Amino acid sequence: MNRWAPFEWIVALRFLRQGRAQTVFIMTGIAIGVGVIVFMSAMLASLQANFVTRTLTSQAHIQILPPEELPRPLRVSTAVVVQAPVIQRPVQRQRSIDQWQTIVSEVHSYSEVTNVTPTVSTSALALRGDASRSITITGIEPAVYFRIVRLPDYIVSGEPRLSTEEIIIGSELARELGVSVADKLSVTTAGNTTRLLTVSGVFDLGNKGANQRSTFVALRTAQTLANLAGGVTSIDITVRDLFAADSVAAQLAAVTGMQADSWISTNAQLFSTLSAQEMSFVTIELFVALSVAFGIASVLSVTVIQRSQEIGILRAMGTSQRQVLGVFLLQGALLGLAGALVGAAVGSGSLKLFHDLVRLPDGSELFPFAVKPVLLLLTVLLATVTGVLAASLPALNASRLDPVVAIRG
Amino acid sequence: MADTTRTGPIVQLGGVTKCYNVGQPAEVEVLHGIDLTLEAGEFAALIGPSGSGKSTLINIIGLLDRPTSGTLFIHGQDTRALDDRALTRLRSEEIGFVFQHHHLLSAFTALENVMMPMLVEQHFPAADMRARAHALLVQMGLEAWEHNLANNMSGGQQQRVAMARALAMNPALVLADEPTGNLDTKSADAVFALMRQANRESRTTFLIVTHNNALARRCDRIIEVVDGQIVPTSH
Repeated sequence: MNRWAPFEWIVALRFLRQGRAQTVFIMTGIAIGVGVIVFMSAMLASLQANFVTRTLTSQAHIQILPPEELPRPLRVSTAVVVQAPVIQRPVQRQRSIDQWQTIVSEVHSYSEVTNVTPTVSTSALALRGDASRSITITGIEPAVYFRIVRLPDYIVSGEPRLSTEEIIIGSELARELGVSVADKLSVTTAGNTTRLLTVSGVFDLGNKGANQRSTFVALRTAQTLANLAGGVTSIDITVRDLFAADSVAAQLAAVTGMQADSWISTNAQLFSTLSAQEMSFVTIELFVALSVAFGIASVLSVTVIQRSQEIGILRAMGTSQRQVLGVFLLQGALLGLAGALVGAAVGSGSLKLFHDLVRLPDGSELFPFAVKPVLLLLTVLLATVTGVLAASLPALNASRLDPVVAIRG
Repeated sequence: MADTTRTGPIVQLGGVTKCYNVGQPAEVEVLHGIDLTLEAGEFAALIGPSGSGKSTLINIIGLLDRPTSGTLFIHGQDTRALDDRALTRLRSEEIGFVFQHHHLLSAFTALENVMMPMLVEQHFPAADMRARAHALLVQMGLEAWEHNLANNMSGGQQQRVAMARALAMNPALVLADEPTGNLDTKSADAVFALMRQANRESRTTFLIVTHNNALARRCDRIIEVVDGQIVPTSH
């Protein structure tokens, strides 16, 4: 018996040790519960982070576009308004953002904004021999744009380099047209402007459609192809807080008078899927935590009944109600803590095993393995607190036992 | 720990009554105006038929229960104004208990069981606690068993451990409820002799509840309770 330990610790530890089988069973239950929580939370966080990273490294957080063209009523005179029975939606012509240089410098002044770059997007046909494919051309300023869309990370051959005569294309387009780095590609737009460009790099964005259609050229090249000399069709932006993109977009739209789309609104379905996934995981975790709590409470309730005579004699020899309360709360905390430590290790180990065994068809990982220390710490803390809370009712019952009744049995 | 050179009254009850179910139709008074004084160093037996109120009386004297009315002084301290915490403290310092069914803590060894009252108090150095517990177990003839778990000992041995535990804080008063009730004659004699020895050596007051008239007659004083009242003893 260690005298350095307070009375409550000595008795709580000895009670747990004596009821070894019970202790092991409940600790196993807690460990399984905590293991499931750690496994699911870490996997969910990794999957979500992976989804978000994949999504946001291939698109801007906010895109400023020219406002949509709306139909205008035809006024015959000031007194008479001719109303058409059907209002036809006007064609959205490709046009430049008015005063885009001013807007870029204005957006730069926002503290939430980290990167701003103008782009030009247009559609075209890529021709090689008899083969042709429709493509989307995005004209960029590589230095800033690559900080927004991490194209260099996805380059599978060649260089992420763009002179006015170069083009970066997707792996599917390269395969379909039979081109590789340093090959020439003829690009013709709807306005019949044609340029012969050299493939400087091939990327793989992990999306077949994007790899078939997306291409990148220098901003000036795109301006020429789109017949928008000096103009841009969008301004791409990144912000510090990903999840504040919606509110920043609303502010920018109000200030610039342009249309501002955040990644949250353009990926609403992905976002709601992630939210639903998170909600279902949280619900499962809640029920697991509840079952752990009830497990601890039931075991300690049985212990209180089993040990009521011993509690009575402890009270008779001068143990205070507070000390008895402490003995049982401590048992709950120790069960929660020990079970959580084992569970955290088991959960992390299982996740590592799952991560190593379950791979995507191409052999790459399904999600990056990452168990944050803060998650483990929080889970262990939560399990310990749950242990204390679950033990509180049995502990209160124990402390309130009438020693006379308890001793009599 | 309590003083070993004790004098004066250790227990003083004045007009103590005890009612259960107060204010309800089933209200019943089990003790009717008990007056009793136990002096330091007394060795008394408390006898009476089952249901006479012996256990209630001993629970009140042991500060495990409160009287409905009347006064109770333990070693000169009026217990009426004390709250639960103060009563617990007074009980821990002044009173030791020995029960018929031993009630040792099964998770602890004999030595640890004897150390337990000192551990509860939290201000005894470990070495002092161990030395005191060891000395008491030697006195009880259990030095060879001190590291045995309580469950692994015979009834007589367990009762001697319980006796050592009751004496651990050197209390002014030991309340023993049928201490030899479950023991064979030889073990009962040994336990009785140990109680006598502790009574003589440290002037500890003993109040022993028993149905055993032979054991009661070996005590210095017999207190008989019949129908919730102390009656002049015929023994």
